Amino acid sequence: MSGKVVLHGRMVVPGSVEGEALVSHEPISGWGGIDPARGVVIEPRHELYGVCFTGKILVFPSAKGSSGWSGFFQTTRLSGTAPIGMIIGRISAKSALGAVVTRVPAITDLDADPCSVIATGDWLLLDNSTVEVTKR
Amino acid sequence: MFLTDDEKRMRDGAEGDAVAAAMDLLIRYGAALDAPRLCDIRNVAGTMTQPSPVKARLVAEGGWDKAFAVINLDSDADLTIPPMRVPTCQLQHGFGPDSVDIVPYPRANVDLQSDAESFYGRHGVNILATCTPYQVGNLPLRGEHCAWMESSAVIYANSVLGARTNCEGIASTGAASLTGRIPCWGNHRDENRFGTHLISVSGLTVESFQDWGMLGYFAGSVSGEDRPVITGSLSRPDLTELKHFGAAAATSGGVELYHIPGITPEAASVEAAFGPGASVPDAVVYGPAERAAVYETLNEIGSSTDVDFILLGCPHASLEQIRQAASLLDGKRLASGTELWIMAPRALKVMADRSGYTAVIERAGGQVLTDSCPAMSRTAPAGTRVFATDSAKQAHYLPAILGIEAWFGTTEECIAAAVTGRWNGELR
Repeated sequence: MSGKVVLHGRMVVPGSVEGEALVSHEPISGWGGIDPARGVVIEPRHELYGVCFTGKILVFPSAKGSSGWSGFFQTTRLSGTAPIGMIIGRISAKSALGAVVTRVPAITDLDADPCSVIATGDWLLLDNSTVEVTKR
Repeated sequence: MFLTDDEKRMRDGAEGDAVAAAMDLLIRYGAALDAPRLCDIRNVAGTMTQPSPVKARLVAEGGWDKAFAVINLDSDADLTIPPMRVPTCQLQHGFGPDSVDIVPYPRANVDLQSDAESFYGRHGVNILATCTPYQVGNLPLRGEHCAWMESSAVIYANSVLGARTNCEGIASTGAASLTGRIPCWGNHRDENRFGTHLISVSGLTVESFQDWGMLGYFAGSVSGEDRPVITGSLSRPDLTELKHFGAAAATSGGVELYHIPGITPEAASVEAAFGPGASVPDAVVYGPAERAAVYETLNEIGSSTDVDFILLGCPHASLEQIRQAASLLDGKRLASGTELWIMAPRALKVMADRSGYTAVIERAGGQVLTDSCPAMSRTAPAGTRVFATDSAKQAHYLPAILGIEAWFGTTEECIAAAVTGRWNGELR
């Protein structure tokens, strides 16, 4: 599949960034779910177990688990292992605060399910309230 | 987002740079949530004292003021932190000085945390040092707006106490503590407090501590971040059982609020739980097959039955749980090479000491420890390969955090494993 798709949504954290998508179809845990020192998902039953999100635009349906979520993603920023953008299916207090303190452009409430439309490896241009998807 | 005149004054620096930074974070966070306004709160449960490598570096660079600015306010400015504006408590954190020589936890962390307690105590933070503030005197009233973190405490406050809090984070609770404000979004609003999923227990009765935890784990996996309503064949739960239920539901999903009609305060009936005029959805059944599936999930990381570590008290044990462990251990002795830790709030350990429970547990070779837990501190007895617990939450998280095997069972099975060194649990 090739070509471009443009998704429209609601800006969570303003900004513009371009990069490769890393898509999780399952919710992501912060505390107990990622290792901020390495920027890697560590939850054993997770589809992204062992995968590094550093430098990627992380596309995920929602945040789950502990309220440490935002603190763990803030630590990825302070450790240089953060994702460069977030596309969040359904916003929550955890993921909203997480995106704010990771200080990366983030978007939610898209007009199509981002986890279905976007595949890992697609090239994304995230610009405030739109996402331009170039299929790999 | 609408701001009151007072909030604009705080944003503009009338109460100092730190309060302005706090308001700036709340404005960014409120915008991220699309919140219409902020609400007044005067009960914050957050975390400031927990040691971490990043925090140690920031403290070395610029003291605790710097650490609070960066981590708790998300600010890069050089700020002087004023006293907390509203009542604020410290949740669970690392291990403290009473754990030295028992827990293999870095002494530098113990010292850093003691230093933090001294700083934050001077700034008006109540060092409760537990994931269960509601067990040691922080009991918000029904309808009270709060800013709490710790998913197991948030779900307890919303569901059992009828207080109102989202699952806040380190920076939002930090900003709330200096402003008395939090975005009025999500669980703070009436329309977001009704049930979304109906779970009906059928073909078994949920009445034990273990069963309440497994039902919670099921409820979280069914309802994700939504709001389950639990009905059917249930015994009347106590604090300890709902503590386990909520922690599990917040672990497998992201549940922050549930209703048990006739038991929790905002749902007199199933209809009331879903709100006026709303239809009641079809029930998802929790029966013997679903119960067995949860049990299997929680035990799938276990393969060796040689258990070297038993962990009780997640969330932190009630006095009744400590008493029960003492009763099961009375006159017994832990197997050589097996350790037993019971995590509890320090305030309750004082009562356990006074009641003689701690002495019974220590005579058997076990420990009652405070302030922390193996997951928070990434610490277990040296050489641990296989652990057992009666907590669905700890069974879920600890294998990932420490790379060890886990068994989940009843409190009795866990104590038996501590005494024999062998796991012999099964679903009964």
